[in-house]
Amino acid sequence: MAFWYVDEPSIDKIARPDRASFDQALVGRGEQLATVGDCIVCHTAENGQPFAGARPLPTPFGTLFSNNITPDEETGIGNWSEEAFARAMKRGVARDGSHLYPALPYEHFTHVSNDDLHALYAFLMTRQPVSQEAPENELMPGLGFRPLLAGWKLLFLHQTEFHPVASQSDEWNRGKYLVDGLAHCGGCHTPRNLAGGEERGSEFAGGVAEGWNAPALNATNPSANSWTAASLYSYLKNGFDKGHGAAGGPMGPVTEGLAKVNDSDVKAVAVYIASVMQADKLRETLSPGVPIDNARQAADAFPDAAHLFQGACAGCHEPGSAMSQQGRPSLSNLTAIKMDDPANAVAALLEGVPAPPGKGPFMPSFGSNLTDRDLAELLAYVRSRFTNRPAWENLEKSVASARAEE
Amino acid sequence: MNSTLNVNGTRHSVDVDPSTPLLYVLRDDLELNGAKYGCGLGQCGACTVIVDGKAIFSCLTPVRAVVDRAITTIEGLGSATSPNVVQRAFQDEQAAQCGYCIAGMIMRAQSLLDRTPAPTDEEIRTHMQPNLCRCGTHVRIQRAVRRASDELASATKAGAK
Repeated sequence: MAFWYVDEPSIDKIARPDRASFDQALVGRGEQLATVGDCIVCHTAENGQPFAGARPLPTPFGTLFSNNITPDEETGIGNWSEEAFARAMKRGVARDGSHLYPALPYEHFTHVSNDDLHALYAFLMTRQPVSQEAPENELMPGLGFRPLLAGWKLLFLHQTEFHPVASQSDEWNRGKYLVDGLAHCGGCHTPRNLAGGEERGSEFAGGVAEGWNAPALNATNPSANSWTAASLYSYLKNGFDKGHGAAGGPMGPVTEGLAKVNDSDVKAVAVYIASVMQADKLRETLSPGVPIDNARQAADAFPDAAHLFQGACAGCHEPGSAMSQQGRPSLSNLTAIKMDDPANAVAALLEGVPAPPGKGPFMPSFGSNLTDRDLAELLAYVRSRFTNRPAWENLEKSVASARAEE
Repeated sequence: MNSTLNVNGTRHSVDVDPSTPLLYVLRDDLELNGAKYGCGLGQCGACTVIVDGKAIFSCLTPVRAVVDRAITTIEGLGSATSPNVVQRAFQDEQAAQCGYCIAGMIMRAQSLLDRTPAPTDEEIRTHMQPNLCRCGTHVRIQRAVRRASDELASATKAGAK
């Protein structure tokens, strides 16, 4: 059992290490690992300098601002030793001994090997130093008192080394190591308890991120029986899979990062996640699924929405449209439309879905084209036309509240 | 089916299928030919008009969705002889090359300046991002929006004096 001091000891400052002192190959390996970890997404403000922090991170407890992790000596980690960096990653403690908030997913990073931390340190310390102070956090009263985090860690930070599973392949083990550690997939795809810790025993049961649902990655995912290692690889690497559609919301930047990660690591992640999804007997029913299209019934039930669909959506999503001729999947393949909660379908309509990195069409936002009522009706139509699942309820309310949070 | 549309402050009754894209009605029925057909898939922005204060792609907006909402097209901003501030700024900066995208560009710029009269360069870039210009005049377009914003600011100042 770990023991946590309310303040951990400070680790002495060092002079910023000379860039040239780091081996180029090591820096390159660190870059790949940092891309798996997606450090840049949280540690870069909109239109800001890479890794210079100050990005607002909304949490149920208030807004945190990410730290500057460039090697600037005043405002970044320029005078952090490797020991201080490794402690921050594995135990969530800053160089000065104060506890860091678990928005830094040290619940996961604690599993990262020292060898990989060594490479990550080399990568970060050779970035361009940027002088930029993060704004003060805006937390609920009392939570700005960092010693409380010692108690949080006692409850939720389980420091364990990664142990390979002997009965599984090297590739599977590599995937599990990345997923549980740097890639911190559970950060969004595992539900959190009231204190913001990931629920043990519910790993990959689905969570939330920035107003989107992060779908379950286990057998309860409504598309679990159509995902394979090959389709997951294509989705993770390209932001798109022809059997499942495009990555939306916060998953977009994740796939943008993975596009730059070496193929074998992305494949390992896909192999491991596929095994989690197919962990039970659903494996037997593995199938790409026949597209569902109840066009007639849906139009009878929602005649107005059928017109809206025809004018707003059909150009891309009607069977036979140019986009579907190019191998884009039927709407009936999309997990967002199969899920019990319409949140992702609502968010996709309001925010749109950006193009995968550098190529392909994007879905524009329809938030200003259509009123809440029209959006709700359109979603009800799409649900009834492209799935055989129960109707979504209170759609207009879901749309209105999602719009209010935009 | 008859639908009533409020375009540039005038009510029009049109007899079209409710799924017809607003763009087709503007051009074919109301003879407002400023908004252009580019891709028809919401990818280029040549068809941009303003509905209830927001820029939208009119090619992906069925008539059924805009009945009784306030629609503004480029014809509603000003005319060739009497352009509004944004139109004049686009002329002054010579922001058009072939010009096909420009009506859409101006409408998107107008929707920004209506809400944010003094945007930063970054805000202009982000806001204009959905609209494409295949001739590559984006730099001039950026300058035109900047100029329009500056002119609006000095007009407000002069008005306050």
